[in-house]
Amino acid sequence: MPEDNNSVVIENLVKRFGDFVAVDRISLAVRKGEVFGFLGPNGAGKSTTIRMLCGLLKPTSGRARVAGYDVARDPELVRQNIGYMSQKFSLYNDLTVVENIRLFAGLYSVPANVLKERIEWALEMSSLKGREHLITATLPGGWKQRLALGCAVLHQPPVIFLDEPTSGVDPISRRQFWDLIHHMAEEDVTVFVTTHYMEEAEYCNRLAMISRGAVAALGAPSELKQKSMKGELLLVECEPLGQAVEILQSAPDVIDAGVFGRALHLVVRDATAAIPQVKKYLSDHGVTVGLIEKIHPSLEDVFVSLTSAADTGKEWKA
Amino acid sequence: MQEKPQSAIIVEGLTKSFANVRAVDRLSFEVHTGEIFGLVGPDGAGKTTTLRMLAGIMPADEGTARVADVDVVHDPENAKRQLSYMPQRFGLYEDLTVNENIRFYADLFGVSRTEREDRSALLLQAAGMREFRLRLAGKLSGGMKQKLSLVCALIHRPKIILLDEPTTGVDPISRRDFWRILYELVSQGVTILASTAYLDEAERCHRVALLHQGRLFFCDTPKNLKARLGKSVLSITSSEPRRLRAELENVVGISSLVLTGDGLHVVVENGVSRIPEFEARLKGASIPFDTIQQVTPTIEDLFVHAVGSGAPSHA
Repeated sequence: MPEDNNSVVIENLVKRFGDFVAVDRISLAVRKGEVFGFLGPNGAGKSTTIRMLCGLLKPTSGRARVAGYDVARDPELVRQNIGYMSQKFSLYNDLTVVENIRLFAGLYSVPANVLKERIEWALEMSSLKGREHLITATLPGGWKQRLALGCAVLHQPPVIFLDEPTSGVDPISRRQFWDLIHHMAEEDVTVFVTTHYMEEAEYCNRLAMISRGAVAALGAPSELKQKSMKGELLLVECEPLGQAVEILQSAPDVIDAGVFGRALHLVVRDATAAIPQVKKYLSDHGVTVGLIEKIHPSLEDVFVSLTSAADTGKEWKA
Repeated sequence: MQEKPQSAIIVEGLTKSFANVRAVDRLSFEVHTGEIFGLVGPDGAGKTTTLRMLAGIMPADEGTARVADVDVVHDPENAKRQLSYMPQRFGLYEDLTVNENIRFYADLFGVSRTEREDRSALLLQAAGMREFRLRLAGKLSGGMKQKLSLVCALIHRPKIILLDEPTTGVDPISRRDFWRILYELVSQGVTILASTAYLDEAERCHRVALLHQGRLFFCDTPKNLKARLGKSVLSITSSEPRRLRAELENVVGISSLVLTGDGLHVVVENGVSRIPEFEARLKGASIPFDTIQQVTPTIEDLFVHAVGSGAPSHA
């Protein structure tokens, strides 16, 4: 019974382990029926936040409500009202398809009067009708993944949490999976996705990028690409690349430089002004410059720019 | 690297079956000396099996493979001396420190003490791990463990490196460090064959082979692969992507429609010339949209197109 249109409301959420602040005053709201992505590098506080949202870990301070229930006061009720699917899909490989569905139905206390209907539904949505008695281990990855999703939502929770749900799955199965997710969202299910794969992030309506326990950016993928980059992006084809990257670390106009295939991606304050300067700087240092042009940043460019700016060189702190 | 490319790895008709599954099916490709070559495909595409055969730790059913001019099929022991292989789960000792792990592998490969010191200092610096030398490997984050594995695998200066999904589970920041080290090695003439399940990572390789169900679909530079799609991709941002898709579903010339979180990707012939038509159509149906613009196709677009149209192309 969410009192408003938001299924997940987080206010100043904090989690400390000793003197380490894992989650540092995160506030955000996820609308009912929204596919919301939660992105961050390892150690940014993603899993700690999710564990609090699922009622598995008590916040140090702040508040979070999921499906209308306070995670600290009513963790049991929170857990009954969410579905959870991890990248390792917790299916039992030596059970058949329908045995897995029955098992999860039992675990989630699906009432007897709707059991038959829910099993049918799960078979239908995972395209496993007629394959009920196959051993789960023999299913291709894409089917397994849809079965895992079906099992995670047998009890029709209003909110589902997905942890890197499509990593390693072939692109066609992945597209089918996300179609399913968007279909559920249309029926007002709220989907909270945690990932650090940009391929998954693109499927979200909105994203929060997390760095060092705090929200570094929030918005639709297209918005983030347009607005959240700290500067503009240049593509530079030059030779030798490795040397160019080292040289550019000390170039005055370059905020960041990274190798990308046979070219470099540079973050600069102003692309038009930087193009001739970078060209000159590189040639002065003996690097041959080919094509140099302004490009649109990808989500990954935005992500790297935001998180490394916040960390200034200490980004791989465990 | 302008001269005629030499091949560090030559694979011809390599085949391997397990029970009823043909994991690798008549695979042929060449990896040039001094390039980063990507073996790209989803789980189950045959990447790991291929790498194991090339590393000389799994016999092939059919076909040949040469690594640094040594026949892996007939002389696996000698082939192993030419390369370094980093499997998905590299054997780090979690109760040893970073330094101790490095020393262990250096001893294993017969690297002298002074060389070990020089080499590990450089590699740890590149990995951004200098201040973690005394930390237990078990206490490192996933990304750092992968980087330490790489440091250990590189301690004896191999000329050819086989990496099996080195960046799986590694976040973009550590991933970027990891790639920086690989590019640095390549600039010193090392050859790298790396597998990945992430199609976006293919963009970072000099050339890639796209695998699906054990077979090679394409092998080329990312740039050429994208050109091969022969179609353009339009990105339409909209607050109602599903209505948008329904409206465009049966439009002539569109070969695929992919929902994203805030819009739709349309794969279509002569994309730019059709923008006005699409705009008019969406306005007519009063579907809200923000912008329609052409975007660069991704390797994923090509993959979906190729797999969707069936047989692998041996162009």
